[in-house]
Amino acid sequence: MDLSLVLHIMVAAVAAGTPFVFAALGELVTEKSGVLNLGVEGMMLVGAITGFIAMAKSGSLLLAVVSGMAAGAAMAAVFGVLTLTLMANQVASGLALTIFGMGLSAFLGLDYTSFALPGVAELHLPLLSDLPVIGPLLFSYDVLVYSSVVLFVAVSWFLYKTRAGLLLRGIGEAPESAHALGYNVIGIRYLAVLFGGAMAGLGGVYLSVAYTPVWVEGMVAGRGWVSLALVVFATWRPLRVMAGAYLFGGITIAQFHVQGFGIEIPSQLLSMLPYIATIIVLVVISRDQQTIRLNSPASLGKTYHPENQ
Amino acid sequence: MTLTNINIPRLQLEGMTKIYPAVIANESIDMTIAPGEIHAVLGENGAGKSTLMKMIYGVIKPDRGRILWNGEPVDITNPAHARKLGIGMVFQHFSLFETLSVAENISLAMEDYGSLDDLSRRISEVSEEYGLPLDPGRMVHSLSVGIRQRVEILRCLLQQPKLLIMDEPTSVLTPQAVRKMFATLRRLAAEGCSILYISHKLDEIMELCHSATIIRGGKVTGYAVCAEESAASLARMMIGRELPTCSRKRPDVEGQECLRVNRLCKIAADQFGTSLERVSFSVYSGEIVGLAGISGNGQQELLYALSGERPVADRGAITIDGESVGHLNAAQRRELGLGFVPEERLGRGAVPGMSLSDNGILTAHRHGMVRKGLLDFGRAKRFAQKCVTDFTVKCGSVDDLITSLSGGNIQKFITGREILQQPKLLIVSQPTWGVDIGAANIIRQAMIDLRNNGSAVLVVSEELDELFEICDRLLVIARGRVSPSVKVEKTSKEEIGLWMSGMFPGGPVDTNKARELQSEGCCVD
Repeated sequence: MDLSLVLHIMVAAVAAGTPFVFAALGELVTEKSGVLNLGVEGMMLVGAITGFIAMAKSGSLLLAVVSGMAAGAAMAAVFGVLTLTLMANQVASGLALTIFGMGLSAFLGLDYTSFALPGVAELHLPLLSDLPVIGPLLFSYDVLVYSSVVLFVAVSWFLYKTRAGLLLRGIGEAPESAHALGYNVIGIRYLAVLFGGAMAGLGGVYLSVAYTPVWVEGMVAGRGWVSLALVVFATWRPLRVMAGAYLFGGITIAQFHVQGFGIEIPSQLLSMLPYIATIIVLVVISRDQQTIRLNSPASLGKTYHPENQ
Repeated sequence: MTLTNINIPRLQLEGMTKIYPAVIANESIDMTIAPGEIHAVLGENGAGKSTLMKMIYGVIKPDRGRILWNGEPVDITNPAHARKLGIGMVFQHFSLFETLSVAENISLAMEDYGSLDDLSRRISEVSEEYGLPLDPGRMVHSLSVGIRQRVEILRCLLQQPKLLIMDEPTSVLTPQAVRKMFATLRRLAAEGCSILYISHKLDEIMELCHSATIIRGGKVTGYAVCAEESAASLARMMIGRELPTCSRKRPDVEGQECLRVNRLCKIAADQFGTSLERVSFSVYSGEIVGLAGISGNGQQELLYALSGERPVADRGAITIDGESVGHLNAAQRRELGLGFVPEERLGRGAVPGMSLSDNGILTAHRHGMVRKGLLDFGRAKRFAQKCVTDFTVKCGSVDDLITSLSGGNIQKFITGREILQQPKLLIVSQPTWGVDIGAANIIRQAMIDLRNNGSAVLVVSEELDELFEICDRLLVIARGRVSPSVKVEKTSKEEIGLWMSGMFPGGPVDTNKARELQSEGCCVD
């Protein structure tokens, strides 16, 4: 294999992994607060179609991003009302949200089926983008990819360096302790859920506006579920989520090339490869029980009643 | 420097009332605490002590009533507000975050602390000053219960409280650690901090407190100056009658070795658990053996192995009446005459969604409740009814869901269920935990009667008073090792307390470490 092919795969891997970075980082924050939102797939779909429509109507990427994030957050708000205010079961509500999102996005996208957008141009940075190897590898992406990296840094910094992040982790660990200290557990969980929704929406926008700028019903194609799995297998740590997302993207792209070489392996098996490889790698690096216990939010998925303490 | 006048009470409660849909938790409670006073709030489980404290700390809102703070009426809206006024609280069930460090835990209760490094330095300073050494960088989950309580106390001390509320603080401490804590509290009081000390342990209150408010059924039944009262007179106010005691009649019963545990080893399944290391002891028919120890020292693991919920590979490690049972499951061991009452009542001791009589069937079906594979519900009901009557379980009928009962009544029912089956060997964990004094006495007496009839009884408890009252011999478990046994009359609470810290022959703590620990108040971590 020559260098240019490897380089090409790596560059494509970053682009393929970016929707997971958005959605999984959002879900990571939600889950760190102790709320399990299984509706990522639905929120991504609604974000994708909203952003797509905004882009098609206005041509403004900023508007597409803002409206897609707002749509994702609106979906998350529905989930929040159900699970945090009305104390409904989180798993059932999350599944319902996904099904709702699939239907809603298909309905909103009726007039846009197979409609194509121009896509988002890569940023050309003078000098940097022209460097050999480094140029294409690090400086050949569109603005959304760079913003995903910025968001990764911001989320890591928030969770582990700020007092608010400490509180968020504390609430996920022991909401009754946080309540006893006088913190508004439900209010903070709302913020975390809304953030998760906005990030999932952004992941959807990236897919429909930049990665494959064509609207196809159900185009998120399971990426929401993969993001959920990434969070768990990465033991709720941002850096591992990021690595897992790019690994998944990389193997997805690489197996396309393998199929292209005409190697005698059934394509179905190759298509499974990204899922299997990502899970194996993340399970192996996260197999230490201590790491899992220290990073997994102890109250995850449990409904919290402040009045019943 | 302080502006507080000694004549103005630090805290005054007037007519505090809290009504829940099913129950009046507090009914017009009045109370007054002076600066520097250690004031006990005494009452049985469920009397409404914790509700009252939570209203003072702003966790729950009173329906009626007035709080005067240094003579000024205040409306305490939330705990942050209470802390700002100078009220600190140490909770009965700790309000700590296990996966965070000591400094991070404390920072979450502080308004303004600069950086985490500054806070760590202050924690070290203040902890040294009060003789409660603490490493601010340690993760809370790696600390013993005693040290965790120290974290809670320091969290309050850092805010220089004017009133410190301690909710049942000694239930998890060794007698030595209790003494150490009392010294800290007395020093705080001498510095002018008022202390509200909530407990149902009379001797502690007599030793520590200046005065007391006694609550029964949500109402104040009396105020007392501790020096003028006796434990018996306080008990009368607390439970409304004489303190019941168990019968001292203890005939010597000739017994064979019934339960034998022989070099039992078990690696903990969960890394937050404790591994059992070469545990050996035996229990004879006609005696009650108590297993003392601070929770989390391997009791759970030992009980899982003994009950058969987690069988062990070495079948000879556990024998009942000479028969190797290590590999048998819980049902097979029950067939051999084992009765078992776990610590968790719902989920392990009883099925929440089932009635009393159905829960009775779960373990008592061996006693003629099954005919040709079909259940005899009439018989099951009669059994449940006998259990309800003999153990004064407060319930509507035996068809009620077990979850409609209070914790103490569930405990009476599931303990009664096992005792009525007249097991050859009864293993009970925390038999009177959360049970009021009258009911606790019934349960204790039933265990003594069972012993007198020739059964072997093993009681696992954190309450030393209880173990000293009912047991013939005592064992201590510390960090997965079990001490040699000692006859109750040949030991003292102090000695058992030392053993609980791991300082027994063959225990996990050697003499050098022991000296170090003694200076710390014997909290092993």
